[in-house]
Amino acid sequence: MRLKSFPGGLHPPDNKQFTAHKAIVDCPLPAELVIPLSQHIGAPADACVKVGDLVAKGEVVGQARGFVSVPVHASTSGAVVAVEPRPHPAGKPLPAVVIKPDGEDRWIDGLAGIPAEEQDDESLRDRIRAAGIVGLGGATFPTHVKLTPPGDKPIDTLILNGVECEPYLTADHRLMLENPERIVDGITILQRLLGVRRTLLGIEANKPDAIAVMTKACAGTSIEVVALAVKYPQGAEKQLILALIGKEVPSGGLPMDVGVVVQNVGTAAAVADAVRHGRPLVERIATVSGPAIANPQNLRVRIGTPLSHLVAVCGGAKGELAKIIMGGPMMGSAQLGLEAPVTRGTSGLLLFGPGQFPRAPEGPCIRCGRCVRACPAHILPTAIAACARLDRFDEAEGFDAMDCIECGCCTYTCPAAIPLVQAIRQAKAAILAKRRKG
Amino acid sequence: MESPLYLSSSPHAHSGVTTDRVMRDVIISLLPACAVAFYLFGWPALVTLLLCTLGCLATEALCRKGMGQALTLGDGSAAVTGILLAMNLPPSAPWWLSLLGSVVAIAIGKQVYGGLGHNPFNPALVARVVLLISFPVQMTSWTSPAPLGSGLDAVTSATPLGEMKTAVMLTGKLPEALSGGLGHYFTGQMAGSLGEVSALALLWGAAYLFWRKVLTWHIPVAYLGSVVLLGGAFWLIDPTRYPSPLFHLLTGGLILGAFYMATDMVTSPVTPQGMLIFGVGCGLVTVLIRLFGGYPEGVSFAILLMNAVTPLIDRFVRPKKFGLAPAAKGGPA
Repeated sequence: MRLKSFPGGLHPPDNKQFTAHKAIVDCPLPAELVIPLSQHIGAPADACVKVGDLVAKGEVVGQARGFVSVPVHASTSGAVVAVEPRPHPAGKPLPAVVIKPDGEDRWIDGLAGIPAEEQDDESLRDRIRAAGIVGLGGATFPTHVKLTPPGDKPIDTLILNGVECEPYLTADHRLMLENPERIVDGITILQRLLGVRRTLLGIEANKPDAIAVMTKACAGTSIEVVALAVKYPQGAEKQLILALIGKEVPSGGLPMDVGVVVQNVGTAAAVADAVRHGRPLVERIATVSGPAIANPQNLRVRIGTPLSHLVAVCGGAKGELAKIIMGGPMMGSAQLGLEAPVTRGTSGLLLFGPGQFPRAPEGPCIRCGRCVRACPAHILPTAIAACARLDRFDEAEGFDAMDCIECGCCTYTCPAAIPLVQAIRQAKAAILAKRRKG
Repeated sequence: MESPLYLSSSPHAHSGVTTDRVMRDVIISLLPACAVAFYLFGWPALVTLLLCTLGCLATEALCRKGMGQALTLGDGSAAVTGILLAMNLPPSAPWWLSLLGSVVAIAIGKQVYGGLGHNPFNPALVARVVLLISFPVQMTSWTSPAPLGSGLDAVTSATPLGEMKTAVMLTGKLPEALSGGLGHYFTGQMAGSLGEVSALALLWGAAYLFWRKVLTWHIPVAYLGSVVLLGGAFWLIDPTRYPSPLFHLLTGGLILGAFYMATDMVTSPVTPQGMLIFGVGCGLVTVLIRLFGGYPEGVSFAILLMNAVTPLIDRFVRPKKFGLAPAAKGGPA
């Protein structure tokens, strides 16, 4: 049978063999936890603790500001030793609450699960928001917002994203293998809140064990597990929707425009924890891998753990480091060092040494069309990039630059090593700036 | 202290497929056809191949140096042009014809536009057409194949397409002799350009290019398909005057053109849809020139004409961007 997929995309080597078979390990407490107040798309949280305060695990240290915002919690018990800008994965220091752990890892009193069945939708959504749950696939969009669709956009389909198409990353894979019941539990809560007719869980065919485990766990429920062809970026929201139900999210639109909400499997598990146990989102699964790490692992890690601690726990770096990536190699962000902490969006940490990232010198475009064939947005990367590099942003907009999903397929496949997606990003930024000016 | 860390915006990975590798693959894919040419036409073929390749490399180096720009011999594109030019010349072309062709191809066909990636026309074809128009006698002095070790001497002979053209012009009918030779044409037992004679060897090379994902099917299939359809239509109308589609496919430079010349990335459209239009255009013009034009062969002219149209095709043929599909009716089943 031909597996479902979407047109375009490509097949980077998945390099998941380093960690795919390794069970999730609890990452020990670091000497210091740096909890950034900006951990999601939307307004950053406001600090509500001061130096010297004692906090318990799960206690709110940053209040949400605005609807598209969630609170931030202490991820262990201890003393607040600083509230100040600290290195952040985004590249510049940003406000953070620094906690010195007391080693007890004591949860805050009064956490209790609520029987979801007896709650009304509003209090369930409040609880999900209060637990600080955001999309754990990496985009960190506050989950309660997605669960509050406007009345004129009826949602009939819930899609669970278990694709994990980025090379190296195996966090979602391991979660599906080890905690299928938590995921299914979370899905039933999401189903109820959205009132959907049907629910699909998409998993790439390179994780047959996860497909088997989730199929078993979903037996007897209304959740349908679907194996998908292995192709990057299958995990991109719009591509996933097209692959699973054959609907195209309109250009410039959102999944709800076709009656769909997409949630990552890790997010579903976090929803279950929040509702059943009252636990806020203080930890996540992250894959530490890459050719320059001694012992690649999947770690259950507290939010705020410095990246250097992850490296130490995984046996340290092998030799000199030339590149540090938070997230996957296709869409992750290069890091200035290992000082930044794990945030809710940290799906992985990849280390590379010199020579493990050969860079070809940039050459002239030979018009081979590889970028055009690979582009899942069906736009012309080479034409947009050429306009952008001449500062002709109006022309770039005419070539549909704003439809770019920044998956990086064009740059990955360009034989002339032209930084296509990077140029398109510049064009998008310039176009947005112009629109704001009006 | 300067950080040894390399910062960049994603993606951080690359396929490893570089321009050099693409060009190297094209050269590798042409080797079987070169070997067959050497076998069929002997040392003159090898001399022509070497003169064209070295001539193109030397011209490229001189041009770049003269313009004060970095040498680009390493990208392999000049060598590709050289081999393709040789493939488009008679096997025993005089030495000066090969060298002149090399200079025209690289200097006028490529470097005046700014080098690799910027030339609007296929450089090897520019050279071939300039030579064909300027030196028609030398460019149409064909030799019959005389395989190595067969003890034969090279004999002057017309190409099958040439024979056809002459016969049709004189008598209005196809010559009798053409009907039996299709198998021979397929393996290369006919007079013709150095690289156009053996469809078999060229297809081997093309298969390699498909396997390496250097070629996509769009241009060759559209090109050959439209030749078969249009050529076949005329053949059905009057089989005594118009040759069969198979004859079209196996003679002249059609296979070489469809897989190696029309597919030149720089001078063909970038979108799959554009490539189909481009291929169909090549096919139609080729058949029309072959059947009704003044030249027996139309491949070079057809491809150059379509090269000229490529910017227009690229301007008007865009992929349908994601998110324009009408919403599915009735929802999912």
